[in-house]
Amino acid sequence: MSNKYIDVIIAGFGGQGVMLIGNLLAYSGMESGLNVTYMPEYGPEMRGGTANCTVVVASEEIGSPIIKTPKSLIIMNQPSLDKFLPRIEQGGLAVVNSSLVDCSGADVRNARIVQVPANEIADQLGNAKMANMVALGAYIESTGALSMEVVSRALKNVIAPHYAHLIPKNAAALEAGAEYVRKNMQV
Amino acid sequence: MSVHQNEELVFSAPKLMADKPTHYCPGCHHGTAHRLVAEVLEEMNLPEETICIGSIGCSVFIYNYMGLDAVEAPHGRAPAVATGVKRSRPDRIVFTYQGDGDLASIGLAEIMHAANRGERITIIFVNNTVYGMTGGQMAPTTLIGQKTTTTPGGRTLESEGAPMKMAEIIATLGGCAYSTRVALDTVPNIRKAKKAIRHAFEVQRKELGLSFVEILATCPTNWRMDAVTANKRLTEEMIPAFPLGVFVDAVAEAKEGA
Amino acid sequence: MSEIKLLTGNEAVVHGALAAGCRCYFGYPITPQNAIPELMSQLLPAAGGQFVQAESEVASANMLLGAAATGTRAMTSSSSPGISLKQEAISYMAASHLPGVIVNMNRGGPGLGDIGSSQGDYFQSTRGGGHGDYRTLVLAPASCQEAYDMMIQAFDLAFKYRNPVLVLGDAIVAQMKEPVKMWKPEPVSSDEAAEWRLEGAAGRESRVIMSLYLAEGALAQQNRNLVAKYEAMRAEVGAETYETADADLIVVAYGSIGRIAKSSVRRLREQGHKVGLVRPLTLYPYPDKMLENLAAQGKKFITIEHNTGQMVEDVRLAVRRYTDSSFFGYMPGNMPASEDFMEPILKALE
Repeated sequence: MSNKYIDVIIAGFGGQGVMLIGNLLAYSGMESGLNVTYMPEYGPEMRGGTANCTVVVASEEIGSPIIKTPKSLIIMNQPSLDKFLPRIEQGGLAVVNSSLVDCSGADVRNARIVQVPANEIADQLGNAKMANMVALGAYIESTGALSMEVVSRALKNVIAPHYAHLIPKNAAALEAGAEYVRKNMQV
Repeated sequence: MSVHQNEELVFSAPKLMADKPTHYCPGCHHGTAHRLVAEVLEEMNLPEETICIGSIGCSVFIYNYMGLDAVEAPHGRAPAVATGVKRSRPDRIVFTYQGDGDLASIGLAEIMHAANRGERITIIFVNNTVYGMTGGQMAPTTLIGQKTTTTPGGRTLESEGAPMKMAEIIATLGGCAYSTRVALDTVPNIRKAKKAIRHAFEVQRKELGLSFVEILATCPTNWRMDAVTANKRLTEEMIPAFPLGVFVDAVAEAKEGA
Repeated sequence: MSEIKLLTGNEAVVHGALAAGCRCYFGYPITPQNAIPELMSQLLPAAGGQFVQAESEVASANMLLGAAATGTRAMTSSSSPGISLKQEAISYMAASHLPGVIVNMNRGGPGLGDIGSSQGDYFQSTRGGGHGDYRTLVLAPASCQEAYDMMIQAFDLAFKYRNPVLVLGDAIVAQMKEPVKMWKPEPVSSDEAAEWRLEGAAGRESRVIMSLYLAEGALAQQNRNLVAKYEAMRAEVGAETYETADADLIVVAYGSIGRIAKSSVRRLREQGHKVGLVRPLTLYPYPDKMLENLAAQGKKFITIEHNTGQMVEDVRLAVRRYTDSSFFGYMPGNMPASEDFMEPILKALE
């Protein structure tokens, strides 16, 4: 097996579900038989504040679970773009929620920006809260890091049992994000 | 102690008590209090299933005088240590033996919360209105006007506050099943004290909650008195300030309710 | 086959403790370790154990002392300010030869500090922490798997030596999630403490567990006995080594900082620099012989910590016959990444 290594900072407002998709990515890595770390960082506010997490997925042992120069980003709101885009590694990948984030003023340097209107796509699916899943679906498609099938299967680990009926909708949102990338981006 | 021919043994120490002199001063009531506990445990056939929690103060050496499994707690922490012992061995009888500085000052949080949780333990609380081992400093139970080495002019309400009535305070807490105050100044009072101690262990055996026996006792050395005068002070000054009585009794209440 | 679960370090501590046969937990809320009492309150009573949220850190540690006196596998956990309050009971436990496990998820200090990661409690952990001349065994997990494994090791060591064992994590280890293999050790024998535990003196002499020694010469003997025990504990020393054989420079770092520094070392190796890493797994006993042997080979040293310089004193003591150790301290208040250590390591290599 070739060495696989991805790291990503996922950032947004509290309540956008960035921790949830971070967990989902970690479970997906674990269920793919890889090493993973998930490191949460909360703002001082419980709701409505900023939240981000760092996920590392690797075939080798993971040293640092904290990444200052990430290889990739999932950006769900404007303050997160301003904070994390300047830190991205040269040639890194940033999946940006273009429903809420304006990239026009940002210094995109050599980063590869994948703009996905995650809120609008989620709205069309009937649940704006699933914008996080749309963004993760776009990320999985853009990186090809893990199989979408594994990610969908891992949903059961992060969605509470009494919301289990929402798993198919979440899987559809993941798929819609991936589909958007396939249609609109050259991968 | 051997009994000679033609002599009839009419009074003896409980077997649980070690046959050796204590380090307590002449006229100190700790020896009497120890003996009452030992008699009760023996009469209830409990010594082999009892764990004693010693505390810091003159009574720290209780484990030298009673043949019980025992652990020494840091100052004031005996109810917390007893909680750990009882939670890990709920089938055993567990009691603490604490003085007023230990229980009512540095250990106030521990006794209040153990009582509030209703730990199935028994607290033997000896109130002699001073820190004995350290040389007679003011205790939370020192009487107004009482001179100690740290209240040379006498305790004042304005500066040091009022003596704390622990049996009444503990009785207000939800998990306390029995709280009483007794005294060791007279033979009738000593008999009542023994009954109270027995009742406290019965409450524990019935798993009703925490049982608390406050025992008014003398400290002639730190009161700067002889034994007789100290006993008189207990009767005339302490009992009026710390009324004897039962402040809560889940057993009696259950009977009344029935 | 053991189940593998994605757990935070806090959760791994709980599962490791349960696997080790922990029967009692006593604790008090403080960030960043609250997940430990919360999960314990769910799992321990269900497993037939006792969970008590104590009135204070002081009380919770003394409850641990009481449970330990009955020979029961028991633990408490907290974070730095709370660990300060537990020191009274830890000193009494060490003096009374009582086993128990104390988990510290180190946060920023001094005082209230912050709730972020820090290694500011190294001195407190390795020098006893409370009053008197005593030591606790100290284990330093760097991952969630180690948090699980070291809880099992901690209980075994506590009962082997009848001594408190400290598991020293930090806010990074506490909150990070990683896959954890939830292996189960051999069940603990119900007789493991039969020779000394309190249970009522039925059919034998009564036993007293205490720490007061007033008789002539008794306290001197007690302290000699403790020293002999600490000497015996040296057998438990442990450290991870990485690329030390041909290294010109050894990075010494423990816990979460050790694994982050390992990333730095790996990157520097990729760039052709001859650097290696020693990560102590036990902070007491300390792997000083290993460091001394590396120093004897002419290697240089840099100690990296998440504080203003504490473990570096132990490194300097270990290597003093041959060399010194430079130091890089990443201040509490933020979490470091491997990039933060590259420059200091390169500088030390010069």
